[in-house]
Amino acid sequence: MAEQGVASVWRRIKAIYTIQGNMCETCGTYYFPPRPVCPECRRKGKLELYTFKGLGTIYSFTVVRQAPEDFKRQMPYVIAQIELDEGTRLTAQIVNVDIKDVKIGMRVRSCFRKIKEFGPGGIIAYGYKFEPTMKVTGHEEKPIPKGKSQ
Amino acid sequence: MVGIVGYGVYVPRYRIKTSDIAELWGEDGTKIGPGLGVFEKSVPGPDEDVATISVEAARNAIKMAKINPLDIGAVYVGSESHPYAVKPTGTIVAEAVGCSYNMTCADFEFACKAGTAAMQSAMGLVASNMIKIGLAIGSDTAQGRPGDALEYSAAAGGAAYLIGMKNPLATIEETVSFTTDTPDFWRREGEDFPSHGARFTGEPAYFRHVGEGAKLLFKKTKTTVDDYDYFVFHMPNGKFPIAMGKQIGVPKEKLEDSLVVRQIGNTYSGSAMIGLARVLDIAKPGSKIFVVAYGSGAGSDAFSITVEDAIEKTRGAVPTVDDYIERKTYVDYATYAKYRRKIKALG
Repeated sequence: MAEQGVASVWRRIKAIYTIQGNMCETCGTYYFPPRPVCPECRRKGKLELYTFKGLGTIYSFTVVRQAPEDFKRQMPYVIAQIELDEGTRLTAQIVNVDIKDVKIGMRVRSCFRKIKEFGPGGIIAYGYKFEPTMKVTGHEEKPIPKGKSQ
Repeated sequence: MVGIVGYGVYVPRYRIKTSDIAELWGEDGTKIGPGLGVFEKSVPGPDEDVATISVEAARNAIKMAKINPLDIGAVYVGSESHPYAVKPTGTIVAEAVGCSYNMTCADFEFACKAGTAAMQSAMGLVASNMIKIGLAIGSDTAQGRPGDALEYSAAAGGAAYLIGMKNPLATIEETVSFTTDTPDFWRREGEDFPSHGARFTGEPAYFRHVGEGAKLLFKKTKTTVDDYDYFVFHMPNGKFPIAMGKQIGVPKEKLEDSLVVRQIGNTYSGSAMIGLARVLDIAKPGSKIFVVAYGSGAGSDAFSITVEDAIEKTRGAVPTVDDYIERKTYVDYATYAKYRRKIKALG
């Protein structure tokens, strides 16, 4: 069954690699996953593809301590509802964080991770997970360590 | 002139201390770090591989360069730990960073210098006006057999370079390569771990090829050690680049800033490219950088690079190499073994 997952993963690649949903130009509502029709505006709605910026906050979360076989290597791990800055919510795993540090309202950014392997010979599904926003330094602001040449 | 219009790196968060690895195998943990010049190494998370590391590095590079990913005409990923034996990592990277479908893509393999070979190919396409911008990535999740000397250094990380003509933050004046058939390190098809020729990896392999590559570049550019402010050599451990520097008369302070191997280990295809990124993070406009990447098998790619004024505007746009080095969580050997799939019963 090496071909397992091929079509279903391929169909969603654009959406799950880059968090691509859509936005209704009539009412300004964002949707993820992309919707075929705007439920607010119905036939008056005008849906356009939209790639989310990938920034948001944790709306709610849970710690998974009993995981499916594929995820045992990652236990325990955090699954959260994330409210994206554009307004819509999605469910994703939170990585690069100590479980005790996860809090509702925590700022997170999307990152690219392996989601699932369809067995040792099958395809690998990649996509978004979220991690805490990290420190970015402009080097000028940092003191130069002693003994280092500039 | 062809140059680097943006660059980005990625280093996984987890670290293991080389002293912890040594003690597990009954070695003296206090001697390993200073002996090898590697004190800790990066460990990829259970859901990280060359595709995910490459995407993170490439996204940083694109953000720094402020380019439209649709302008990228080639995506080349160099690695010796591609997640698929057949299916290019580059296709995953291109899709994830939003490239056009009208571009060329391939995976490169030349041990630890596959990423710089990708840079040279991108330079050729840009210089001949076949493409506007090329994305060249060197990235690895290196494997070391448990208990082997390689286990102390084999690490994970990657760097992505956008090669273009317009407004480069550093120009690449010249590149040369030196290649021979030298079996110092290899991995046969289907094998989980690489094999190596132990001491043979030194003189006839690393030192000969890096030395000859450096000599060729000095000759072609009519320059000497004094003309350069920074030197970057491939870092299989902390000792080799310093010994190489001594052989060709490089003062230690010109090499010091590139030695990321001490904190993150040998990131194979990412090694020299992350070293170069660390120098670019701090270098002032006008500085000259001399880079020699080395790949077992064996060959070296050498580059002469000048930092341009445009680099100042890129500071603070994306995480620096040091930001990634400082973002770390230590794991013990058991967790490292679980994450790196060294526990076979787990599948």
